Amino acid sequence: MRNYRFNPIILTVSCAVSPFIMVFGLYVVFHGHYSPGGGFQGGTLLAAALLLVRLAAGFDIAQLQFKRILGTPLGSVGVLVYFGTGFLAMVSGGQFLNYGFLPFAGITEAGLRSLGILMVEIGVGLAVMAILVAIYDDLLDGYPND
Amino acid sequence: MKIVNGLLLVAFGALLIHASLGLPDRGDADAVMFREKSPAGSPGASSYYIRNAYRDAETPNMVTVILADYRGYDTLGEETVILTAGLICFLLLRRERTDRGGKKSLKAGADAQL
Repeated sequence: MRNYRFNPIILTVSCAVSPFIMVFGLYVVFHGHYSPGGGFQGGTLLAAALLLVRLAAGFDIAQLQFKRILGTPLGSVGVLVYFGTGFLAMVSGGQFLNYGFLPFAGITEAGLRSLGILMVEIGVGLAVMAILVAIYDDLLDGYPND
Repeated sequence: MKIVNGLLLVAFGALLIHASLGLPDRGDADAVMFREKSPAGSPGASSYYIRNAYRDAETPNMVTVILADYRGYDTLGEETVILTAGLICFLLLRRERTDRGGKKSLKAGADAQL
């Protein structure tokens, strides 16, 4: 395992490119209704943005951006967002994951389904992003200088 | 033993190739899965999705509607699989940071050299 060496060019370019990848990831998540994409793909892009900084700046500096301890809990939160959407529909009178019964007033049933799909995609994107970063961190464990 | 393994592999490959010859051609409009009625007489799923995806969910992307709405359970399971993979990595790969003598050091690796 080679030790981390500070390289300003790599660090600067990574820090400049990473936010754009992140914005594109958010675009892919939220534009899944109209174009190819969705939670899995967008979450992978978000994770790529985080991992780029982790690779370029080293593990310890990258903790400022996304703490290692956040990985697994955020993944669980993503799954809970998905499950909670389905459960909310069930509590308010429908079947599990039947988004037409979501309790938001003033939206037609088709609109409610569209909204439910968006909530679900956000949950998937959050879980995929957090879990990919968490797996990278776990793999890195035991190599303290990188 | 090696010969038996090789013969088994060849036989299985031949079986798969033979099975793939029975698949419908790509883009064949008369294939079973694109028909209005399945061979058993029940209405086919794919034509329902194509007709009603926008009407049901006001979402132009049919694939998203199928993945997240009609097949919501499936996507929930996929996400659970990803979470499980992350948890298994967490359980298997996480280990306490040790220094060269094998003693556990509480400080995160500032003085431990590999």
